[in-house]
Amino acid sequence: MAMVNIKINGQPQEVEAGTSILDAAKAVQVKIPTLCYHPDLEPWAACGLCVVKVENSPKMVRACATLVVEGQNYITHDPELMEVRKTVVELMQSNHPNECLTCARNGTCEFQDISEDFCIREAPYCEMLKDLPKDESTPSIVLDPRKCINCGRCVQVCQQMQDVWALEFINRGYDTVMQPAAGALLNESPCIKCGQCSAHCPVGAIYEKDETEKLLAAVRDESKHVAIQVAPAVRVAIGEAFGLEPGVLLTGKIYAALRMLGADAVFDTNFAADLTIMEEGTELVKRLTSKGGGPLPQITSCCPAWTDFMEKYYPDMIPHFSTAKSPMMMQGAVTKTYYAEKAGIDPKDIYSVAIMPCTAKKYEIGRDDNMRSSGYNDMDLVLTTRELARLIKRAGIDFLNLKDEEADNPIGIYSGAGTIFGVTGGVMEAALRTAYKLVTDEELGDVNIQAVRGMEGVRSGEVSVGDTTLRVAVAHGMANVRQLMDEVRDARDNGREPPYHFIEVMACKGGCIGGGGQPYNTDEEVRQKRTAGIYSDDEKSTVRCSHQNPSIIKIYEDYLGEPLSARSHELLHTKYQARPLYQK
Amino acid sequence: MAIKKYCLVCGGTGCETGKTDAIYRGLLAAADANGISDDIQVVKTGCFGLCEKGPIVKVLPEETFYVGVSPEDTGKIIEEHLVEGRIVDSLLYKVNNKKIKFYQKQKRLVLRNCGVIDPEKINEYIARQGYVALEKVLFELSSEEVLEELKISGLRGRGGAGFPTWLKWKFTAEVESDKKYIVCNADEGDPGAYMDRATLEGDPHSILEAMIIAGKTVNSDHGVIYIRAEYPLAIQRLEIALKQARESGLLGDDILGSGFSFDIEIRLGAGAFVCGEETALLASTEGNRGMPIPKPPFPAVKGLFAKPTVINNVETYANIPLIIEKGGAWFKAIGTEKSPGTKVFALTGKIENSGLVEVPMGTTLREIIFDVGGGIRDGKEFKAVQTGGPSGGVITKDYLDTPIDFDHLTAIGSMMGSGGMIVMDEDDCIVDITKFYMEFCVDESCGKCAPCRIGTKRMHQILGKITSGQATMEDLQKLKDIGLATQKASLCGLGQTAANPVLSTLKYFEEEYLEHIRDGKCRSGKCKDLVTYTIDADKCIGCTVCARKCPVPCIAGERKAPHVIDQSKCIKCGICFDVCKFGAVIVA
Repeated sequence: MAMVNIKINGQPQEVEAGTSILDAAKAVQVKIPTLCYHPDLEPWAACGLCVVKVENSPKMVRACATLVVEGQNYITHDPELMEVRKTVVELMQSNHPNECLTCARNGTCEFQDISEDFCIREAPYCEMLKDLPKDESTPSIVLDPRKCINCGRCVQVCQQMQDVWALEFINRGYDTVMQPAAGALLNESPCIKCGQCSAHCPVGAIYEKDETEKLLAAVRDESKHVAIQVAPAVRVAIGEAFGLEPGVLLTGKIYAALRMLGADAVFDTNFAADLTIMEEGTELVKRLTSKGGGPLPQITSCCPAWTDFMEKYYPDMIPHFSTAKSPMMMQGAVTKTYYAEKAGIDPKDIYSVAIMPCTAKKYEIGRDDNMRSSGYNDMDLVLTTRELARLIKRAGIDFLNLKDEEADNPIGIYSGAGTIFGVTGGVMEAALRTAYKLVTDEELGDVNIQAVRGMEGVRSGEVSVGDTTLRVAVAHGMANVRQLMDEVRDARDNGREPPYHFIEVMACKGGCIGGGGQPYNTDEEVRQKRTAGIYSDDEKSTVRCSHQNPSIIKIYEDYLGEPLSARSHELLHTKYQARPLYQK
Repeated sequence: MAIKKYCLVCGGTGCETGKTDAIYRGLLAAADANGISDDIQVVKTGCFGLCEKGPIVKVLPEETFYVGVSPEDTGKIIEEHLVEGRIVDSLLYKVNNKKIKFYQKQKRLVLRNCGVIDPEKINEYIARQGYVALEKVLFELSSEEVLEELKISGLRGRGGAGFPTWLKWKFTAEVESDKKYIVCNADEGDPGAYMDRATLEGDPHSILEAMIIAGKTVNSDHGVIYIRAEYPLAIQRLEIALKQARESGLLGDDILGSGFSFDIEIRLGAGAFVCGEETALLASTEGNRGMPIPKPPFPAVKGLFAKPTVINNVETYANIPLIIEKGGAWFKAIGTEKSPGTKVFALTGKIENSGLVEVPMGTTLREIIFDVGGGIRDGKEFKAVQTGGPSGGVITKDYLDTPIDFDHLTAIGSMMGSGGMIVMDEDDCIVDITKFYMEFCVDESCGKCAPCRIGTKRMHQILGKITSGQATMEDLQKLKDIGLATQKASLCGLGQTAANPVLSTLKYFEEEYLEHIRDGKCRSGKCKDLVTYTIDADKCIGCTVCARKCPVPCIAGERKAPHVIDQSKCIKCGICFDVCKFGAVIVA
């Protein structure tokens, strides 16, 4: 790697060529303020806070977007720079409602932090606000253009990272807003509710729809039996909201906290992830071995944002989609049938709640009638990791000092395969562990299938399952999906053999651990740590494969019969439909 | 029979709106009616420059310069002048062309063919040495030699920043790439500026020739002219020129059998000022929202569709064929040491001769305004001149002897910009004008970066407070603070220069700002909120003219008795002041 010699405030430094001034300064413990910059995105260079001087040049340049040049000395802080930055902050403040106390981002707002750093005690410019309504049209996220600081992150996330193109810069100059095109509301736009915009918004302009009050109301209602399930990715991220490093596994404390919040039963979505593998793995084997099993490749369907994306952008892929519902919806269906029966509770009295790393899950529970297979709403409420963390704080629970507890039977026990659903490649790996058994009738020797692990946007490889060599591919981050789908389409349209047998897609970078409902400040390092936490959960599990989970064996013995049985189909499978990109 | 006389009719947009076409057809019809159709040729040309006096008809060879011509005058011109040989005095612009002061200090290189040839005929361009430079580049000169010639010429980009053109081309020439683009920035957007429009309307082939030369030099086969849709005549003439060039083998595959292929497409812009900024222009050309991105990487290395791209503006290109034809040294001898060549300005405002002027670099502002421009209109006092449009600054009479070039203008706090030059007189309020420019920037800010988006809005708001008498002294400091932040922290040239009018007028006319704030007075009377009109009862003779002309009406009074203005109704239009012959209306 070529190295470049530069100076930061006169201090000599050697950095790799291609480093930005911002990163070079960080390496010598100099923090240049930023607001629009996010490490997940290309520098957009909008806010103007990271300006620095290049010695002997009259202009200021943006540290986020400017690469270091051999021999240059960069001045990051001097009275003029600090004055210019302060004026920019003051200008932005004058354009942003002073409503911190009631804002969804109170305490987590990046603009609040910047304002604190600049010690502005009196606003020099009178408030001048946009009089624009909130967009609350989706069940997942709220768009509040009044609070928008026009950093452009959401548009970049939506277009570049997720390839969705629901958000666009609308109008010009001072009237610029981030909205769907042509006056459409979010639910009339291509929005897939992944919530990555809300996870990247530095302020309270886009945030998850807060439904914590609904849970509180349900637990106060004596007639309700509140059953709460928790998704794999939540357990390795929620600690961040309480000051812990990312990746710390807190499963037992979450169970305990949910009971303190008033849950009558605490289940784990990982159980249903195992159930998903039984159904989806069997479906894959059927597609591989019999002609009536549906076309190859089989494509995973457990991510609701991806499902929505497919229905809008790739409806011709519907026959390839696994008909298996997502683990959350399976858990919901068996909670109000199997569990209700076992526990002797009328399913109409069960209030079924899921704690998810995801905003699209809020949409998924009402996406169509298949989500009422129990005869009731299979799921009543979804709260994101962020909402649960707030609720725990509000309830006065000393979360980090709770004693670990266990989930409730009969749908609370999970295998290591269930927990890795939370990371990219995890569904694939879990499915392969069980498919191996289904195809060969033998157990896989080493269950750690490294070929499908990793953080690359698209990964593909071959995995031997007995005599069969499976061609598999994994994609995460919606923008990485197009190339795979185009390959599949191209082969299909030209009558060639499918390039893959099995494809796993997760809408968010890193999989669910990087979900749109996870604690803020997610970046590559955070995703890696959460991923490590998930794999550690898998490794410490005594049961590593879904089909070995005793609770899974039992539910098939007692209730479902076998995978893809009629009852399975009724409760655990769904259908898809093409949806328009825009509707009015 | 040989043609004896030529009637040149200006076909620039300014004169077009003054019915050029009817004049053109009228001349043809009159010639026909008088049986002299074979003796004369009527030609629709590009802009003559003296737009103030348009529509213009010029008769050759005697170079009779008729101004303010209407379609009804055509019969007279044909019958009296061309048939009977008597010049039509009533239409004459004082003296004939050669002696018109407007043209004396001009040196028309860029505008060499404007007002001379029919821009819709490629042969007329060719007859004036057109495409000679291209031939040279195709068959005689290597890329290195072309770059060397440009380097010797010292040509700097006429779009505003004055970057050496040869260097831009060299960067692109040196990058290895499967595709390169040559882009012409014809997104002229400064208020009052129309240099590029006139060049494209009057001499479109000079731009095509230059772009083909650029293509050959940097090894590109694809040119794009990005032009605003509000220039329909320029677009039409470009389309004609492109068609004729293709038919003549000057565009397309294997140009003139040289083996070099190049073609040009036109992309229409929707008229956003920010799309004159090169990265925003390229984004817009790609079909994206026109918003700037940080540089580097520069377009020369990573431009249109992320490919190396030469992007120059119209005027820069117009110089290229001349430099190649006559040599870099010839060009270098014109103008000043560091800014060789000429510069075209759109001279407007309170000036006698509004129009397009082209002068050698180094000409002083005094010469442009008082010699070429004929001085201030109506004998008023010169106050200031704004160069560089909304990005520039004001220049006061103390600096009138500044030679105009890139470096001198920057040194006195203004800039060359693309060439807008707006002259102000004593009747103009400096704060009001500054507010006008700021309003333009507010409208044209793309909205991407915070300093420009909010800074311009805030500065405009404060200027509004000042002109309405609601400002405090603190507001002046705020203007300076925001001005600095906008200048330093904005992403692109639009924002970086948006504060220039504010900062330069604060520097040179601070007293006028103070009068507004401290004394609540606007000396020019332009700031209506600060003005009251009253009638001096001693001087008023009760003629009733003011009362009759008042549009509200708010002036009352008996005949032959002093009138009174009802202040609660007065809209401060100033008509009473203008119409009173007795000096009875007092502005305070």
